[in-house]
Amino acid sequence: METPRRRFFSMLAGFTAFVLLPGRNAHAAIESLAPLVNKITKGAPLREGRVKLEIPRLADNGHSVPLRIAVDSPMTPADHVRTLTLLSEKNPRPVMATFHLGPKAGRPELATRVRLATSQRVLVVAELSDGSFWSASAEVEVTESACLDAS
Amino acid sequence: MPREAKRGEVIEIRIAIQHPMETGFRFDLMGRSIPKNVVNSLVVRYNGAEIFSAEMGSGIAANPYLQFYTVAEASGALVFEWVDDSGERGSERATIAVNG
Amino acid sequence: MKPAWLLAAFLVSVVHGAEPQKPAPLKSGEEFSSADVRAMQADDFANPGMLWVARGGKLWNEAAGRGDKSCAGCHGDAAKSMKGVAQRYPRVDPGAARLVNLEGRINLCRERNQQAEPLKLESDDLLGLAAYVASQSRGMPVAVTLDMQNRRNFERGRELYFTRNGQMNLACTHCHDRNWGRHLLGDTISQGHGNDYPIYRLEWQSAGSLARRIRSCFFGLRAEMPAYGAQDLLDLELYLAWRGGGLPVETPGVRR
Repeated sequence: METPRRRFFSMLAGFTAFVLLPGRNAHAAIESLAPLVNKITKGAPLREGRVKLEIPRLADNGHSVPLRIAVDSPMTPADHVRTLTLLSEKNPRPVMATFHLGPKAGRPELATRVRLATSQRVLVVAELSDGSFWSASAEVEVTESACLDAS
Repeated sequence: MPREAKRGEVIEIRIAIQHPMETGFRFDLMGRSIPKNVVNSLVVRYNGAEIFSAEMGSGIAANPYLQFYTVAEASGALVFEWVDDSGERGSERATIAVNG
Repeated sequence: MKPAWLLAAFLVSVVHGAEPQKPAPLKSGEEFSSADVRAMQADDFANPGMLWVARGGKLWNEAAGRGDKSCAGCHGDAAKSMKGVAQRYPRVDPGAARLVNLEGRINLCRERNQQAEPLKLESDDLLGLAAYVASQSRGMPVAVTLDMQNRRNFERGRELYFTRNGQMNLACTHCHDRNWGRHLLGDTISQGHGNDYPIYRLEWQSAGSLARRIRSCFFGLRAEMPAYGAQDLLDLELYLAWRGGGLPVETPGVRR
C-alpha cells in the first residue's frame, strides 16, 4: 500500500539518484583523444577556456551539423590564434579539419558544417601565438532518420 | 564577401563548394567501395599573401561551407584555391575595393 | 469535345470528395523544419541547394546539342522568361500529349529545340536546370490547372495518395493528412507538399527531385520504389501540386 510517506521517500530517492548520477562532463578531457591531442600540442598542456564552440545539442542530421568557433584573442601580430583543430570523439577519422589563421584573420571566428557519425563529443583545440593551447568541447546527440531512405 | 570596405575593417568571407566529400566508407549499389575523395586543402590569398588555409577531411560535411574573416588592408583580389584527393583543382577570384 | 456534364461531374467529385482533400491550414514543409534547417534555407549563401541553382544558371547559357543553341538563345534572361513557369507544373505537354513535370519539360525542350540528348533523370545537370528554372518563380503560388486533359492523371494520383503501401501498409494520407505536425522519432511529419523542389536534403548530401523524395517515402514504408520516370510518380506529383495549391514556390528548399 502506498502511503504518502512511502511516496515521498520514493520521490526523494529518485531525485537523489538524478543529482548523484555522474554526468559526462563535456569539459572533461576526452580520454580517447588524448594521444592525438598530445601530438598536436607536442606535450604542452591543453587548457580549457578562451574558446567557444557553438554546435546544436541535437543534430538534425549527422551528415551536416553546423558549428561555430570563436576564440578570445586580440588577433594582433603579437597575440593571435595560429591554428584551430576540430576533433571528433567517435568518427572513424578523428581529425575533422585544421584551420590556419594568423594576425591577418582579423577576427578569431569560424563557421562550418561537419559530419558526425554518431552521438559524441566534439573538441576544438586552439593554438595561440604564445605557444599555449586552449580548448572547448561540446556533446551532440545524433539520431537516425525516422524513415530510412535508400532512394 | 563585401565588394568594398574601409581600410582596417574586418570583413566576413563565406565560401561554399559543390563537392560530395566522399568519405570512402560508402558502397555503391553493386557493393563496391566508393573511393575517398574530399576537398583536402583550401588556401586563400589576399593580394598574394596567404590569409587563411584549411586542411579538411571526411569529417567536413558534403558541399563544404566555410565562414571566416580577414582584415581589409588594400584594394585588390582574394584568390581561393582548393584541391581534392583526386588532384582536381578549383579556384575562385573576388576583387575588393578598400577605401581610406 | 467532351460533354459539359462530364466536366461538371468531375469537378463535383473533386469538390465533394469523401476524404479530406487538402490540409488546413496549408503549411509549407519549411514550417516543420528545425530552426537550423530553416536558417540554412533562408540564407542563399548557406543554402547548398543554391549550388545547384548556380549550376543550372551556368548550363542555361551553354550551347547544347546539334542545334548548338543554349537555353538563353531562345529564352533570354531566365528571371523574366521563366518567371511563373514552375508553378504550373506538372502539366500535359500539348506536343507530347502526356503529363510532364518540370524536369520532363526541360528534357522535351532539349530534344525539340536544341536537338540534344535528354539529361539523365536525377542527374546534377537536370536538377540544376530544374532548380534554376523553379527558383525564378520563388514566392509565386503553386497553381496547376485541372482539366479534361489531366483528369485521368489527377484521379490516378489521388488514388495512389490514398492507397496503402508496403510492409507498413500505410497510405500517404495516414502521415501527411492525419498526423502532420506530430513526431516520428525525432522528425516532425510535414504535410507532404512539393512546393520547394528540387531540395537539398541533408540525408542525401545532395539536391534531389520530388520524385526522389516520393521514392524514399515508398522505401520508408518498406514498399518497392517506383522507378524514376514512372507514370505513378508523375501522377502523384500532379495530385500533390493540386493539394498544395496556393503555397509559394520556395525552390531550393533545405530539408533534413
